[in-house]
Amino acid sequence: MSMKKFNLCVVVMAIILSMLTGCGATSGGDSKNVKGNSKTVTITNVSYDPTRELYAAYNEIFSDYYKNEAGIDVTVVQSHGGSGGQARSVVEGAEADVVTLALAHDITLIEKAGLIEPDWIEEFEGDSSPYTSTIVFLVRSGNPKGINDWDDLIRDGIDVISPDPKSSGAACWNFLAAWYYASQKYGNDEEQIKSFMSKLYGNVKVMDSGARGSTTTFVENGQGDVLVSWENEAISTLSEYPDDYEIVSPSISILAQPSVAIVDENADRNGTQNIAHDYLSYLYSENAQRLIGEYGYRPSDKAILGEYADKFDLDMSLCTINDFGGWNAAYEEFFKDGGVFDEIYSR
Amino acid sequence: MIKEKNKEQNNKRKKRHGSIPGFGLSMGITLTMLSMLVLIPLASILLYGLSLSPSEFFAIVCSDSVRYALRTSILCSFIAATINCVFGMIIAWTLVRYNFFHRRLIDGLIELPFALPTAVAGITLSKMYSNTGIPGKWLSAIGIDVSYTHLGIVVALIFVGIPFVVRTVQPVLQKFDYQYEEAAHILGAGRIITFIKVMLPELMPALLTGFGLAFARGMGEYGSVIYISGNSAKDHTQVVSYVIMQKLNYMDYAGATAVALVMLITSFVILMVINLIQIKQSKRTNNV
Amino acid sequence: MSKKRNIKILMIIISTLFVLLMLVFPLASVLVNSFSKGLEFYFNSLKTEYFFSALGLTCIVTFITVIVNSFFGIIASYLLTRYSFAGKHILATLIDIPFSISPVIAGLAFIMMFGRLGWATPIIDTINSITGWNIKIVFAIPGVVLATIFVTFPFVSREIIPVLNAVGTDEEEAAAIMGASGFTIFRKITFPHIKWALAYGVVLCSARAIGEFGAVNALSKTRGMTFTLPLEIDALYLSGSSDSIVAAYAVSSILVLVSVILLVIRNILEYRSDRIKISVEERAEIKED
Repeated sequence: MSMKKFNLCVVVMAIILSMLTGCGATSGGDSKNVKGNSKTVTITNVSYDPTRELYAAYNEIFSDYYKNEAGIDVTVVQSHGGSGGQARSVVEGAEADVVTLALAHDITLIEKAGLIEPDWIEEFEGDSSPYTSTIVFLVRSGNPKGINDWDDLIRDGIDVISPDPKSSGAACWNFLAAWYYASQKYGNDEEQIKSFMSKLYGNVKVMDSGARGSTTTFVENGQGDVLVSWENEAISTLSEYPDDYEIVSPSISILAQPSVAIVDENADRNGTQNIAHDYLSYLYSENAQRLIGEYGYRPSDKAILGEYADKFDLDMSLCTINDFGGWNAAYEEFFKDGGVFDEIYSR
Repeated sequence: MIKEKNKEQNNKRKKRHGSIPGFGLSMGITLTMLSMLVLIPLASILLYGLSLSPSEFFAIVCSDSVRYALRTSILCSFIAATINCVFGMIIAWTLVRYNFFHRRLIDGLIELPFALPTAVAGITLSKMYSNTGIPGKWLSAIGIDVSYTHLGIVVALIFVGIPFVVRTVQPVLQKFDYQYEEAAHILGAGRIITFIKVMLPELMPALLTGFGLAFARGMGEYGSVIYISGNSAKDHTQVVSYVIMQKLNYMDYAGATAVALVMLITSFVILMVINLIQIKQSKRTNNV
Repeated sequence: MSKKRNIKILMIIISTLFVLLMLVFPLASVLVNSFSKGLEFYFNSLKTEYFFSALGLTCIVTFITVIVNSFFGIIASYLLTRYSFAGKHILATLIDIPFSISPVIAGLAFIMMFGRLGWATPIIDTINSITGWNIKIVFAIPGVVLATIFVTFPFVSREIIPVLNAVGTDEEEAAAIMGASGFTIFRKITFPHIKWALAYGVVLCSARAIGEFGAVNALSKTRGMTFTLPLEIDALYLSGSSDSIVAAYAVSSILVLVSVILLVIRNILEYRSDRIKISVEERAEIKED
């Protein structure tokens, strides 16, 4: 290449570079939220899949409340997806003032990345879980396969639909609930528990990447005999197809505690720390707790939970994540690469 | 003779970038845009992948889930690409050689998989081929399950891969010289022998290119596969893209980039081979 | 003779059946599903704010993508067919890479670069703090544009290269000897040859850009702001209720409609470029005589 051609080359590179960055600058402006206006504030709530409907309704009552209370218009932007993937996108820089995810471990991941202060779980009541849920079975109408408890799932010829614990928060709760049942049944004989779990996951016919995918596989595509599901998913499916499905409560399940937290770094930068705090604490108000009950989640307020006694099977005995030594311990033992799940699944 | 000389001169000239001006400019633009938009982002992945020590890298790549996913992806893409070669060949042949009522319609529909968003294709196919959809209902009645099995993955990959084969074979067939075929026929060769001995060698480069493209596309496919595959680690119906996504969801960047690196190298090799085949082919056609 | 006819009929039947089963059925299934709750429901599900926002963004993204990739495609194919230089095959292969790469990797690549942990983020931050801009790449519109450009990068050049190869360099060389500048040669000689191939490439590129899912999914998280139509379909589908699933099909049917229109355009273009190709070949034959 002659010197002249080389120079030309460099000039062209420089022009294109400046074009591209210029392009980025103008289009960057589009995506910027309107935050300068003191009367209107936008916050972003990054949540998991099944809460779409709940937060759509909650955001409305919250912005009414806030308009009356503080005279500020709040617009809440929602983002939904698999809980783990959502946590990752926050770590990677997705806009989020608050996160409302399926399990504490996902929030811990964000905490480890330095975006959330370490004592977040103390910030709100009940381990920062304004609502809880549990794991139940959804079976086809009339319960043709006679599925009543966890040990029915390991029978031959039962097709189970449950998502992949490697990518779904709900699936982790499913796994732990089944594990706890087995540990009660076999009196902590590790070998027997593992063979129980191995049989159970051997019966899983379709393992979708998320809880919603599993529901669709079971309901829309008609696969499997039983869906191991969030209670709230089961309730909403039942209300849509009351004649086609039944909910079966197993004798033992787990208290699934979806957690909420303020993403401190983002909220401080956006100046939304106070609103974010109000947004999450209003979840504990009476109005919000009733709304939560309406949408099939168990309100953390005991009195309001009682009002929905016909909706939830309150007699089910529930273990908690603390029976497994907390989420970090459970994750290390069961779900990380080479953990118990991999072991029983490859048997 | 004169032609020969011309060619020689041409070649000599070409060695000095040819006589056409604008080399520096087009080289500059091409390299800048290529590196800005493709190479630098890809290098960012490499960077992460290379931060692993070789033993860590191999531990990840040789772990069960990755190995099975690679096997599933390679196997299903291979089968799908082979099936596509057979049917792609038949379709291309029909479109080029025969004139019939709905020829243009079929010709136009071939590229539908390019245009239909992969997620839509995946959702639709998984519903169609599950045992509640049509034709899945009929197939499961005779004992063939498609959705949530390897067969489902193959079906999805056939769907995304068919245009590649048809579109690479078609132009070659169009240019094909009928004389050889007729000569072989006159000399008494049967139809099938004519095809195998006379036509297939000529079509081979195009067919291989189409196969390679369909295969490479199949290896990387995500949207249309994840809905229909069932993603069961037990039945080994997870594909490589799914495993990368799985690792990402647990923020295992090292693992994800290691697998991505393997895929990157695979597709580079496949494409390189395709490009070499194409060069060989264009030289050949130029000589004829 | 009748044997030949039988083969013809057999071939046509096989082709038709394959296209019907593999391509037309899925298409029809989308349409049937989208109208399963009636016309009114269909149109109502196309009246949401989310839909319009996704439609708008898809148009913007496709437009930018097509411009960038056409510009690149023309120049790169010119470079690859008109000059010879060391490393040409490697360059050609590198351009093709996005073609076969998993879209998931494409999304990941931009996150590794521009994400909060990416190496280019400090650079962007510095630019932002000096100029007072607020550039955001991933999880914002520029990221969606970049990812879409990435996955459709080789589409235009792949269409142009064969045409330029077939036309040969004689005319350009003659013009160069006569003293025409590079730009004039391109405008007067090269461009007329490639315009139909370019148009064809643009159609394919926009079809793919409109439908891109995997890569964009990795770096776009906010419905109603950074969602394109395929992401909107995914969101509706995952909303779970049977209403929203039908709505997802309704939105899909719009994409199907767009892709069918694009295919019709493509066919018309191909018809024209066929005629041009023939005329080129005829001329070549005359020359040889």
